[in-house]
Order: sequence, then C-alpha cells, then structure tokens
Amino acid sequence: MDKETKKVLFEPLVDNNPITLQVLGVCSALAVTSQMSTSLIMALALTSVTACSSAAISAVRQHTPSSIRIIVQMIIIASLVIVVDQLLKAFAFDVSKKLSVFVGLIITNCIVMGRAEAYAMKNPPLQSFIDGIGNGMGYSLILIMVATVRETLGSGKLLGIEILPLVKDGGWYVPNGLMLLPPSAFFVIGLIIWGFRTWKPKQVEHNEFKILSISHGEGGHH
Amino acid sequence: MANAEKKTCKYNEHLCKYYEQFKVYRDKVLVLSNDSLEKTIAVALALCLVCAVLVSLATVALRPLQTHNKALDMKKNILDVAGLLNENTDIDSAFKESIESKIVDLKTGDYIDSINADEYDQRKAAKDPAQNEVIPAAKDIASIRVKAKYTKIYLVKKGGQLQSIILPINGYGLWSTMYGFLALEADAQTVQSINLYDQAETPGLGGEVVNPNWRALWKNKKVYSDKGDVALTLVKGGVDESRADAVYKVDGLAGATLTSRGVSNLIQYWMGPEGFATYLNKIRKQG
Repeated sequence: MDKETKKVLFEPLVDNNPITLQVLGVCSALAVTSQMSTSLIMALALTSVTACSSAAISAVRQHTPSSIRIIVQMIIIASLVIVVDQLLKAFAFDVSKKLSVFVGLIITNCIVMGRAEAYAMKNPPLQSFIDGIGNGMGYSLILIMVATVRETLGSGKLLGIEILPLVKDGGWYVPNGLMLLPPSAFFVIGLIIWGFRTWKPKQVEHNEFKILSISHGEGGHH
Repeated sequence: MANAEKKTCKYNEHLCKYYEQFKVYRDKVLVLSNDSLEKTIAVALALCLVCAVLVSLATVALRPLQTHNKALDMKKNILDVAGLLNENTDIDSAFKESIESKIVDLKTGDYIDSINADEYDQRKAAKDPAQNEVIPAAKDIASIRVKAKYTKIYLVKKGGQLQSIILPINGYGLWSTMYGFLALEADAQTVQSINLYDQAETPGLGGEVVNPNWRALWKNKKVYSDKGDVALTLVKGGVDESRADAVYKVDGLAGATLTSRGVSNLIQYWMGPEGFATYLNKIRKQG
C-alpha cells in the first residue's frame, strides 16, 4: 500500500474523523448506539454504502451534468441503501427490526453525501472506494466507542455478555437508565471529541470572531 | 464486413444488432457537452434505468427469504405471548407442537373449518374489500375503521388440554395502529399476557408498551366484570391493590396518556360484543 492510499484510508479514523471533526452523521450515532450489535450492523451498512456509492459516483463523474449532479448522487445512494435494507431484511431480520428507519435514513446521512461531493466527484473510482471505506471506519470507530460505554453502563452487558452484574440479578451494579436514552450519546460523543482534541490540539477550531471587550466606554446611548 | 460482424457476434444476431446500435448512440451521447440538454436527459434516463433494475432485482430475488422471516417473526410473537418462548426455543417445532390456529366467526362465536387457518392472513384480509367489513363509526371504539370478516385465533394446548387462548387485537394509539395479541387463560377471563408487537408510538413513552416490566402488570388481571361487561382498563396514577376492582385495572404508561387510552379502547372493543365476547362466552359455557 502506497503512502497516499494509507492516508486516504486511515486519516478519517482520528485526524479527520467524520463524526468528531467533520461533525457529520451524528443523528444516527445517537439513535443506534444503545446496543453494540445494532451499532456494528449500522457501521457495516454505512461503510458499504459509502464505499460503493463513492465508487459508483466517481465512475460516472466525468459524464455527470453539473445541473443534475446532486440528483445523480442521490439516486445512486438511494438505490444502494434500498439494496442494503433488503439484504438486512432477508439475512438479519431481528437487527433490521431494531434499526427500523435508520437504515433507510442512511440516504440522508451527511457522511455519504459529504464524501460524494467532497471526494468522489474529483477522484478516480478505486481511490473513492478506499476513501468511503476509510470514512466508514471512522464512523464505525466512534459508534463502537459510544456503544461500548452506553451498553456497558446502561445494561451491564456487552453484546449480550454480562460485564457488570446487575443488582436485580444478585450483583452490585445499578444500571444507569440515562445511558439507554439517545441524549446520553451526546455526552459520550462530547467527551470523545474533548479527548481527541486534547490529544491532537490541531483539531481545535479557531474562534470565528473575537468578542470585543466593553471597557472602552462605548454603548449605553440608546 | 458482414463476416467480421458475425465472428464477433457470439449470441443472437438480433441482439448483436441492437448492441451495435446502442454503441453508436452511446458514443454520440458521450461526446456531447456535459451541460447540453440532450446529455442531461440521456444521463438521467440511463441512470434511472440501471438503478431501477438493480433495486427491482434485489427486491424480487430476496422476497422469499423475507416472507419466511416475517412468518417466523409472527410465530415468535405468538409463542412469546403464550409464554413459551425461551432463548433456545426452536420456533417452528415449538409452534407446531403446542399451537393450533383456528378461524372464528365473531358474530356467532363458532369455528369455521372451511377456511385453511394456516394460510389465512388476517391483516391482509382486513385490507381487502372482498374479505373485510366496515365498522360503523359509532361502534368503532378502537379507531380501526375496518376489520376482517373472519378472525384467526390460536389455541395453546398441552396434552389435548386447552391452556390458553390467543386473540389478535389492534387499535389506534397516538401515532400508529398497534397490532398485538392478548393471551387469556382457559377460563376465557384471566389475562395471561399481552404483546403489542407492531406499533410506532413515541419511543420511551408510548413505545413502552413493549417493556417487559409493564407487560408483566397484565398477568392475572380479569377481563369481564360479574355482569359480563368489559371491565379491564388502564388507569392513571397507579393501581390501588387494596381495592376490590384492582383486578380490572392496569397501571397506565407514564407520559403516554393517548397511547394508554388507545390500549384501553382496543381492549374495550375487541373484548366487547363487536369482538370476542360471543366466542369467549361459548368457551366459558363449554368449560
């Protein structure tokens, strides 16, 4: 693997993570991460859709009229999402019931559109495919981290295996119900972003403007 | 020239001709400027065609598997409400062993054996004008508008002895029509369990109808009062166990008044004279 491919593949994991740095695709990250099993399937579904749609969009990029560019991207993404949804219903019915609308909503997941617009429209298919895999992995990484925290603290289990014995089963751990509700993912993702930016200070955003101090005696004459 | 063409053409000559023509058009389109009207339309058409074929292929090819999954899921819901579902249950064999499906005519309360119960799909029948009946608005407590003429119920038997009766119920909550099963014990009066398996109520509030803790509250509640009216209902503010009528009351869902009302209504409807009352009366008399 040459240096460029490596960069495309691994940069989205930490240095340019779609969730923590680009802040895309947060909605589904909140919704599906109360359990590890649904998170893993969602991560897999999103990664395959992003990779395949990026490759397909890149393959037709030189013949895509710019006036219908977004529609072309949407049609390709939507078709792939439907195919993934059908596959899940056929081979992983229970998981597809749990994910319910969120598989369909991959269509509107900003990561897929974002990579299509930002990368696939300007790069050859193979590289776009790798970029899709990379960004999918970045998304997956955060999902897995959030799901680990939420499922362990929320239900004392991980992938159905007992980690913290619950009080009601004779153990010592009182489960934190908040962790099973979507808002808790905000806290966990927030903590992860804090961690990433402490580790890599370059990711800290600059202030868009400076707040003026009011010590000059201005104002007050209304 | 003709010879050369024949050599490259491996399959049907007609097809090859079309393919050659397609190639000519394709080359003509591809050299057009991207922003020309012709190319925009051509690209849009071609893309839609390819995507439509892809999507239809996936749907058609996977349908048998999906139908099988759905049927299996329905059996699972029924076994669940019957209290026969463990982690290692083999659904098909458990279903075959202990559950018998029957078709009931709600007006007379009799079984109808001329219809094959295993193949009858009640939810489909309720939507088919030839197989459903419209419920008059005044009687439509559960807000479902139509119901199937014949109802499919399930009997749980153990060694030939009736254990419980599983009745399909549905009704409108806050956002959605909730579909479920109510399992009564063989006395046709005591609730064994409820399972609202298909609903789209607010997650965390009305969606808590699937919560095992809430579902457990239904066990051993009674449906009919001494006078024979449907007395089972959800109440606000908890059930006072010391009162005599506590056996007819189930604690409503916190923060979900409308969903709770919907559940009360669907019980009222389906257990009432429009629903299973006649049939259940017969069972009680026989028992």
